[in-house]
Order: sequence, then structure tokens, then C-alpha cells
Amino acid sequence: MTPLRSLIATALAAGLASAAAAQDAGDNIAVAYEEDGRYFTADDIPTYNVAEDGTVDWLTFSGFRRYHSECHVCHGPDGEGSTYAPALKKSALNMDYYDFYSVVVNGRENGNSVMPHFGDNRNVMCYLEDIYVYLKARGTDAVPRGRPAKKEAKSEAIQEDENDCMG
Amino acid sequence: MKKLPLLTSGIALCVATMASANDDLMTQMDNPKQWAIQTGDYANQRYSELDQINADNVGDLQVAWTFSTGVLRGHEGSPLVIGDTMYVHTPFPNIVYALDLANEGKIKWKYEPRQDPEVIPVMCCDTVNRGVAYADGKIFLHQADTKVVALNADTGAVEWEAVNGDPSVGETNTATVLPVKDKIIVGISGGEFGVQGHVTAYDMSTGEQVWRAYSVGPDDQLLFDPEKTTDLGKPVGADSSLNSWEGDQWKIGGGTTWGWYSADMEENLFYYGSGNPSTWNPAQRPGDNKWSMTIFARDIDTGVAKWVYQMTPHDEWDYDGVNEMILTDQEIDGEARKLLTHFDRNGLAYTMDRVSGELLVAEKFDPVVNWTTGVDMDPDSDTYGRPAVVAQYSTEQNGEDVNSTGICPAALGTKDQQPASYSPKTEMFYVPTNHVCMDYEPFRVSYTAGQPYVGATLAMYPAPDSHGGMGNFIAWDNINGEIKWSIPEKFSVWSGALATAGDVVFYGTLEGHLKAVHAETGEELYRFKTPSGIIGNVMTYESDGKQYVGILSGVGGWAGIGLAAGLTNPNDGLGAVGGYAALSDYTALGGQLTVFALPN
Repeated sequence: MTPLRSLIATALAAGLASAAAAQDAGDNIAVAYEEDGRYFTADDIPTYNVAEDGTVDWLTFSGFRRYHSECHVCHGPDGEGSTYAPALKKSALNMDYYDFYSVVVNGRENGNSVMPHFGDNRNVMCYLEDIYVYLKARGTDAVPRGRPAKKEAKSEAIQEDENDCMG
Repeated sequence: MKKLPLLTSGIALCVATMASANDDLMTQMDNPKQWAIQTGDYANQRYSELDQINADNVGDLQVAWTFSTGVLRGHEGSPLVIGDTMYVHTPFPNIVYALDLANEGKIKWKYEPRQDPEVIPVMCCDTVNRGVAYADGKIFLHQADTKVVALNADTGAVEWEAVNGDPSVGETNTATVLPVKDKIIVGISGGEFGVQGHVTAYDMSTGEQVWRAYSVGPDDQLLFDPEKTTDLGKPVGADSSLNSWEGDQWKIGGGTTWGWYSADMEENLFYYGSGNPSTWNPAQRPGDNKWSMTIFARDIDTGVAKWVYQMTPHDEWDYDGVNEMILTDQEIDGEARKLLTHFDRNGLAYTMDRVSGELLVAEKFDPVVNWTTGVDMDPDSDTYGRPAVVAQYSTEQNGEDVNSTGICPAALGTKDQQPASYSPKTEMFYVPTNHVCMDYEPFRVSYTAGQPYVGATLAMYPAPDSHGGMGNFIAWDNINGEIKWSIPEKFSVWSGALATAGDVVFYGTLEGHLKAVHAETGEELYRFKTPSGIIGNVMTYESDGKQYVGILSGVGGWAGIGLAAGLTNPNDGLGAVGGYAALSDYTALGGQLTVFALPN
């Protein structure tokens, strides 16, 4: 995700939250179109794509890697949850994209259960779409536990955005 | 010393302050009726002379009483018992309870610090705390937010406070403290946040900082004497750490110090290990990354290092070197030696001369360990003391963005912090272990202060081609470097062991069992399922003529995070998914102390 898109998404988060909450699960999952190796729903929400032979889109694979670097030390392997923090594979389905985004950026506190704010962490923010679509794929069991065996190549557009974001 | 020190504890305290605070603590530790320090004693043997509960009658053990801590996170460490008072701690928010053992466990006082919840998310892997320490009439608590607090042991009143680190840059605490002589020696956590690890001594009576010694950095920060500080018998020379890093990476280079500490009062030395270099991506930190992954022997008064030994130069697997150093006096080839035995995360058990730092034994304590073929034991070799790395399992040689598969052990190590015990009667070590392997893929990460700085993706699974479980509880011979017996366990054994003069060894399991086994054979003699999984350490004490065994339940910690949902092996294909045991099928959260005794 480019810095510009991050800004737009953050700015829109509050306004769109209620409208987006009206989405049903199908709308939030089904691929409506593809753009430079990224997949989106009809509402322009990032989503995963799994081909018939099990090949996952690049972002889903990348999300697997980033999740197991940044998130799993609290949330457990494969988005399954732990004794310490909830199962994010469910959160990615139950929360709309903009709420999900907002919690990662700003953090959240519920008594002694605290989600940190990752807004200034490039290792998370540059891959937040990746992590989100991976967790949605886990939540619907479109992708099994463990490392996806087959993946699409990383598109030039995704590579350029990554380079811009990571600096 | 029998009951006298207990009856006159008030007088003893006054005398102790004037003479030596340490003499008081040594007296308390020498009394087997108490559990005066988390590690059992300065040697970290976790051995008790009590033998009322023994191999013949332990099968009759019953629950005597229980206590809920009111906290749901992972409960590591154990209570202390000093006189008629038991001190029980909790994970964040780090409550301390003083329970009156002479009055059915009535709460004498409770201390609950105010801590900013912002510290919670910068604690890697649960908000555990490994317990309080006692000395000089005070209870010492090292909070999650790195505040060190001295509480009046009789009233719970705060006597002094010191701040050891800054959680906003990822510095936190999970460890207990070492009270020794007139000092409190404390470590730091935050290896996954790019912290520059250090140990620090505070004045026991005032809380003023006395010295601080870093694990990585320039010699004056390390408290190294380039001519006198030795590495396997040779002076380390100038800039021994800086020369092993590229650029300024050492400033965020890790080497944190969150394990258990031991001390040898005759040598005036204390011992501990340093953790992983950061990041987990080895390509971002060329060099040996000294002195991460290192055993340190430092002078108690000055902090200056006498000797060091780096076990895993240029770590590629997150094999922190923080596990406890167990001090024993044993004979080797008829000669009395002062030994240090250490079971490292990297799967090797080291036996060293703790005075000189000479390496005597380095052997695998789980046969599945495969990242190394072993340590070069030839003093004349250029690679003396270094482990030979197997290229197939080298995440450095395989490179960034490459998934190295089948590495044993996993990052949590063949053993993590859960402390082993040693019985002078059997001369065996009793070691809680993990039997888990991993895939490890390092990749580039950027550093942001106070944010995770990891740089690798991991997948873990039970050791292939073995018994299918994720742990073993073993007996180890540190002279010959051999496993004497091994008990397979369904889950990693994440509980500290206790050996007693009654020829019994106790440990807990992640399902929640307290188990008692025979010290000679490992034969199971007793088990009881406590309300939650056990990651605490077994302790024992005597009260009113009766021996008790206590254990904290409360699943969590790294084990609770990694194993709650069960493990899968991606290499096994779809059919095996969910095929391994999930901890969540056996236990749930809950902090409770369970105390056992024989029937009347």
C-alpha cells in the first residue's frame, strides 16, 4: 500500500465504517476485479484469490509471512488465536476493513488486554493489506493452516509500492 | 539452624542490616523448611533436603489448600516461603500477596502497583513474571514496566523504587531479581524490540544504581577489561563486541538478560546468559554479534566480567542463551571441580569450569538437534569452542526470503527458561524440554523504536519421526554428556523442576498435571490435574512439622501462544492439518496456587 492510499484509508475509516458494516460476508469476500496482482470486492475492499489448483495471490502469501513475523507472537499461529490474544482469522471476517485498519493503526485497550498501535511500524503498515487478505482467507478456510504451497508471482506494481513504503 | 531464625526474625533483620544483608538471606536459604529464593539457592539447584514426602509415599499426596490469584495470564515462577509467610506474585498487573501460613493462608497484605497498560503490548509473548525475591526484610518485585520495588516484608509498604528501563522503546521485564550481598542485580527484556541488553546492580537498602553492564557495545559499557576478561582462557582484547558487528547495529543489537541468575560467594561471581542478537534476520547483522548468546561470569561488586563464552556466534535461529547456570561441586576423573551446567536453547548442554570458564562438555540433550554437528573441543583449533553449522539448516547461508525447513530445535529451543533441577544424591540433572522443530524464513525489516523488530517467519511442529509429542522430561549426566532417561510428553514441558532428598522429582505439564517421578528411574509415582496448564516452577516448604509442595497453574507464556491452537506441519500436506494436539483441548486460563501434602 502506498503512503497516499494509507492516508485515504485512514481518513475514510470513520466515515465509511457504518456503511461498510452493512456488507454481508459474501460481498466482503467475492472477487469483483483484479488490478496489478491485487484483488478487490465490488466495494473496492481488498480480498484474496485462490485458484482451483490452490495457487494463492501474492498478497495472501505475503500476508502469511508478515503475520507470522509481526502478529503470531501474540495471536498464535495461522490466525488461530492463543491464550493471550484473539483469533484474528475471525476478526478479519467480523470486522469491516476500515475498522480492522483503524485498530492496527491506533491500537485498542480492553482492561489488561491491549492491542498495540502499529501506525508508525513499516513492517506492519506496508503489509497491512497483505495481512488482512491472508486472515480473511484463513477465516473462510479458503487457505488451510500452514504455509501456502503455491503462489502467484509478485507484480511490478506491488514491488514498487513495497519499495516506496519501506523506503 | 532450625526454628530459631524464624522465631527471632525481627531481631535477625536488625542484626542483618548492621552486619551483612547477605548473611541473613544465606541463613534463610540454608533452612530447607523455607523456599527463600526463586532458584532454590544461589547455585540454582532447585533441590530440597526435605524428605517427609518421598518415593514410597508420594503416591498418597493430596491437595491441602488452594489460592486463586485473580489473574488470567500465564503464571511463571513460584511463591516464596519465609518463616510463616508465603509471598505469591502474579503476571501483569504484578500483584504480590503475603499469605499467613499460621492462619490458614489469610492475606496479611496485598500490593498492586499502578502500571501503564501500554507496557502490555511491548512484552513479547505474554505478560509473565517469574516472581519476587527476599532479602534483608524486604520483598523485591521487578514489574513489567521495569520498575524495581522494595516492599517491607511485614507490611507491604514501599521502601524504595528504581526505574530500570523504558517501555516506550520496548524495554520491559519478566524476570525475578538476584539479591546478593548488598545489591539487587536485575536484567532486561526486549530482544524482539531492538533493546541493547544489560544487567544492573542496585543498592539493596536505597535503590541507587551501583553499576550497569551491557551485553553488546564498547568495552566501557560492557564492563570488560580487555586484558583480564577471558574467553575460553584467552583475553578478549579491545573492542571485542564492536569488532563483531557491522556499523551501529549493536545499538539495537539485543543480548537481553531475562533468565535466572546464580552466584558463587567464594568466587564473588554471578552467572547468567544473554539472549538473541536482533533482528532475527541474520543477513542484517553480519559478524559474530558478541556478546549475545553468551555465558557471563561477572564480579558481584563491580560488574566487571571475569570470563565469557559465546555459545551461538551469529545466531540464525533465535536460540537465546538466557537459560539458568546451575552450579555444582563434582568430581571429574577423581578431581574435585567447581562446575557450571547450562542447558541452552540451541539444544546443547554445556558443562564448564565456573572459575576459569574452561569448556569441558558440550553435547546435545535431545538427539533430534540437527543445526550443528557439535562443538569444536580442540583448544588448538582456530574454531575452538564454536559449533559447526550444518549448511542445510543455516538460515544465513540459505539467505533472505528463503524458507529453511526441518530445523531442530525450533526457536523456543530444546529448553526455554523453565529451570532444571539437580540432585546431589543422584548427581543427575532433571530437565524440562521441548521437542519441537521449525521452518524459518528471514527477511528484511526496518527498525522503529518501541515496535517489534523481528524479521523472520516461523512455522513450528513436533519433532518428526519421533513420539509425536512436543516435549520430554529428561535426566542428564553432565560429566559424560548423556541422557539417563527420558519421559515423552504430549506438550512442551514448560514448568520448572524440583528434586528432593526424598528421591522424588516434581514437574508440571501444560495440560495442568503436577507429576512426581522417581529420581533414579523416572517412573511416574503421582499425578494430579490442576485447574489450568502449568508453566510455573514447583517449590516445597515445611510448616508446623508438615512438608508441602506448591505449584502455580495458569497457562500462557510463549507455550500458551504457540501451542493453544495446536501445531501443524506444512510439509505433511493437508491430511495432517489439525493432527497434532491443541492445548485448548486440554486446559483454559486461570491463575491458581495448589498446595499438596500427605494425609494426616
